[in-house]
Amino acid sequence: MKILVLIGNVPDTTTKVKFNADHTAFDASGVQWIINPWDELALTRALELKEAYGAKVEKIVVANVGRSETEATLRKALAVGADEAIRIDADPLDAFFVATQLTAVAADYDLILAGIENADYNGTAVGGMLAELLDRKSVSAVSGIDLEDDLLKISREIDGGSQQLTMSLPLLAVVQKGIAKEPRIPAMRGIMMARKKPLNVIAAADAEALTAFDHFELPPAKAACKMVDEDQAASLIRILHEEAKVL
Amino acid sequence: MSVLVYIENWDGKLKKLSYELASYGAQLAEKLQLPVKAVSLGKVDEATLKTLGKYGITEVLSDTKETYNTLDNSAIAKALFAAAEKTAATIVVMANNNLGKAVSPRLAVKMKAGLVSAVQGLPISTEPFVVKKMVFTSKAFAQITIKSANKILTLAPNSFGLAEKNTDTTITAFDAGLSADDFATTVVSTNKVTGKVLLQDAEIVVSGGRGMKAADNWGQLEELAEILGAGTACSRPVSDEGWRPHAEHVGQTGKIIAPNLYFAFGISGAIQHLGGVSSSKVIVAVNKDPEAPIFEAADYGIVGDVFKVLPQFIEAVKELKA
Repeated sequence: MKILVLIGNVPDTTTKVKFNADHTAFDASGVQWIINPWDELALTRALELKEAYGAKVEKIVVANVGRSETEATLRKALAVGADEAIRIDADPLDAFFVATQLTAVAADYDLILAGIENADYNGTAVGGMLAELLDRKSVSAVSGIDLEDDLLKISREIDGGSQQLTMSLPLLAVVQKGIAKEPRIPAMRGIMMARKKPLNVIAAADAEALTAFDHFELPPAKAACKMVDEDQAASLIRILHEEAKVL
Repeated sequence: MSVLVYIENWDGKLKKLSYELASYGAQLAEKLQLPVKAVSLGKVDEATLKTLGKYGITEVLSDTKETYNTLDNSAIAKALFAAAEKTAATIVVMANNNLGKAVSPRLAVKMKAGLVSAVQGLPISTEPFVVKKMVFTSKAFAQITIKSANKILTLAPNSFGLAEKNTDTTITAFDAGLSADDFATTVVSTNKVTGKVLLQDAEIVVSGGRGMKAADNWGQLEELAEILGAGTACSRPVSDEGWRPHAEHVGQTGKIIAPNLYFAFGISGAIQHLGGVSSSKVIVAVNKDPEAPIFEAADYGIVGDVFKVLPQFIEAVKELKA
């Protein structure tokens, strides 16, 4: 079985977000870039499956759509254990554009893993769009995945509970929290090995974006927090009822 | 042309979310001077679907095939596509919940529609078509133009509210033309959360962080949630420690929620946590550390011991409800 993990390159989640002067684009100066947290969990689970099932998991490849500056993020994925990386050389304009680009490389993989959300523009669509473009089954909000013979045992969250499923390959799984515990930290040996692993750069195909981000603004500053003494806590319930009218 | 709203059901029942979507679809359609219709997949009785008329839906296409309850992503997308064709829909609206996030991208490819998820409010303009959503996990707003003729919007729950618009609703039997082969998801077991307010549906959320100190200390927090009719949530360290289930984790890598009232007990308010809750209308923070960043995001705060504050809150709420 070959696994493809889709990797988003996003600002570190502690980044103080700022925009350019006319508020039309994210200001990336001084930003640390990381593997999108959900994609990192997907990769972690893929590595766990390879460790648990040995030769059954033939290889793990990571792929992203981005310019050369995203290669550091792909190298990090290689350093924690992915076997190969693919970078499709284009600016990731929107989910439809990115999914269309990925169709050029994704069809060969039995299992494709995508994170449920991107921590930058909070899109949720690349995985599902890719599945549709490949005419492949998909399952979303996956919080557990395991192999059982030729089938996958999947746990997914539904609105109002959770379900256990069995699905056959090929499959695209959109994964969320719970799929793996802590992401791995690259060790020195992994970082050294990652330099020798293949990182293939592929030219972008003709594709269009259907949406465009035009304008950004920061939320208005919040009024100061009204403080209540610890031994007057009950009065706060009254304030919530009478003043804030939320109780 | 029309606006089509996908109305999900939960064991044949609708929720406030369903009526919020209907309200949104109707207001959007009015703005565009288009008719608004809805599609329902699965076994829901006509009387239940008729209630959508109160929020402006003129017609509901109802395909009552039971197999939709397997929530097979490609089957539901296929059925929605058939409904969109039947109603000549150019805009499809659905919830930004687990199912909406799963099926909207597939439908977007079929319709070649620009998709924006977690949209807040009606479009800022319709020509060009510009909508607003939060990005960078609630740290900023963005305006997004949808350039394609067809469009799909998933609505951030609890961001729009209800808007009544009494309308006569026709229920039309609908066959999306799916066969057994279209359903490839085999459900082995389903575990439904019962007797508790679901986090995404909750108008009040009571949440605990590391300051709660141990898994055994949640009793008072749960009691407060119960008497308030609130959902319970937690911060990331709490779910990582296994004190509470992952489904309760709110924040950057967990759920993003927007209740009317959010109580944070013993939560310091890391930037990742605030991202998941900052859209709440009112935030109340209780923390022993006066420097905790949660107080910068909160509307009301108490510097103190959560275990001294919780019993006072419980008593005061009981008095209020009495």
